[in-house]
Amino acid sequence: MTYHWNWGVYLEQVSSGDETYLDWIISALGWTAAVSMSAWIIALIFGALIGTLRTTPNRWLVAVGNVWVEGFRNVPLLVQLFLWFFVVPEFLPTELSRWVKQDMPAKEFFTATICLGLFTSARVAEQVRAGIQSLPRGQKMAGLAMGFTLAQTYRYVLLPMAFRIVIPPLTSEFMNIIKNSAVAFAIGLMELTFISRQMIEESGQVFESLLAATILYTVCAFAANRVMTIIEKRTRVPGYIAGAK
Amino acid sequence: MISRSALVMTTLLGTLLASGVEAQTLEGTLKKIKDSGAVTLGIRESSIPLSYLDANQKPVGYHIDICNRIVDAIKVKLALPNLKVNTQPVTSQNRIPLVTNGTVDLECGSTTNNAARQNQVAFAPTTYVTTVRMAVKKSSGINSLAQLDGKPVATTTGTTSVQLMRAHEKGKSVNFKEVYGKDHADSFLMLASDRAVAFVMDDNLLAGLIATSPAPNDYAVVGEPLSVEPIAIMFRKDDPQFKGLVHSAVRDLIKSGEVEKLYTKWFTQPIPPKNANLNLPMSDALKGALKTPNDAPAEQYNKK
Repeated sequence: MTYHWNWGVYLEQVSSGDETYLDWIISALGWTAAVSMSAWIIALIFGALIGTLRTTPNRWLVAVGNVWVEGFRNVPLLVQLFLWFFVVPEFLPTELSRWVKQDMPAKEFFTATICLGLFTSARVAEQVRAGIQSLPRGQKMAGLAMGFTLAQTYRYVLLPMAFRIVIPPLTSEFMNIIKNSAVAFAIGLMELTFISRQMIEESGQVFESLLAATILYTVCAFAANRVMTIIEKRTRVPGYIAGAK
Repeated sequence: MISRSALVMTTLLGTLLASGVEAQTLEGTLKKIKDSGAVTLGIRESSIPLSYLDANQKPVGYHIDICNRIVDAIKVKLALPNLKVNTQPVTSQNRIPLVTNGTVDLECGSTTNNAARQNQVAFAPTTYVTTVRMAVKKSSGINSLAQLDGKPVATTTGTTSVQLMRAHEKGKSVNFKEVYGKDHADSFLMLASDRAVAFVMDDNLLAGLIATSPAPNDYAVVGEPLSVEPIAIMFRKDDPQFKGLVHSAVRDLIKSGEVEKLYTKWFTQPIPPKNANLNLPMSDALKGALKTPNDAPAEQYNKK
């Protein structure tokens, strides 16, 4: 191995401008965080909604939920991203299509966020469904027997417990969404993976570049893990499931 | 009996001495090749026409041909006529680590020789000089970089073109809206689907993409060059013995006119897999590089 390490590379100027590689990495971290957080919000909203629909007694609502989950879960993430980026605009009216393709601001960011959010929503939906179904059937019956409507039973009896139960698997999804955001480099979003590749090209320091990206992904995923753990502790019901200790 | 055993002894001693001398003189990559009986070439899968896979997934191309000539020189030098030649596909991200860690002995791809890379690896004398220009749809009427102000321009992530475009924007105070494809095929798709009005890249790659596209007549390579870059075969640094062999082999190929013949074969005649013709006559920059073979980095080509 004749690799020449150069740990000072982060503070060197990039070949094409005044900024340093460190400035690049910081701005890339910003994009990674922005895509992950926005996509996570979309995933939680749609995931909770679709997961709940799949447990209702209405056949049509269940069917909508099934199609949603199986569609987003069975198509590879990178393929979905290319469908959103390259294929969907072709079906828009000519003027709108041209605007989306050429003039829309931050189009890579919005495309990546929607794609990642909907992809993850299918996985969140499955976990929410599992959470609801893990509750004893008697809880739903008790809610209805008390005179609650179905919606009220979900709102006041089932969902508050189901969400608490699924916090641990949701933590994994939150960490996954940060790591999955790396696919956005494929449509040219200047996030961590993109910048580490560009840094390899311009500085020739392969390992330093990849190491920076690796460490930052790890730190972000771990931070997500800690935040979810805090939420888990704050929301636990004494004497029930996670609150038992 | 005595004389015979003495003869055997002398022969044995002679062999020992000879191999002893050789073992002492061989070092680095040549020693590794001699010991393992194999040499590994790094190849690209889609760097038309320098190094790519043909319809049978066999590596072919201008730099593959040149590398095979270098391998012939290695066979002669090591007296190993049956030297095994392995190929290892590489990408622009892993080619430098694979060369430095010993997986690949000779990288026969489309690697720009620049100063940053010379910190990590060594290069053979330049055998191709690429010009960074842009591919456009003929119907767009674009023929100069100035016309791209405020328009979306595609290039491929992890390439020198990205930094060239940024530097150009700064210098000429124009503003491109850059869009990035993850590989050349994606970037070309951006141009084809009107996500970008131009695709900035090495002229040989653009010519290759256009020649193999469904409608080659709809596109043209136009505009002033953003940069001129020497492309060369890459190998491990700090290995004077191997460097000497590679350099003298490539120099001989250049002097004998072999390189020019190979250039004609790959750049101005129909090539596999689609029998398309790139129609790229030899540039003055390459003619200059072949006149005085050298491994000068890109920085010396773009001095202002």
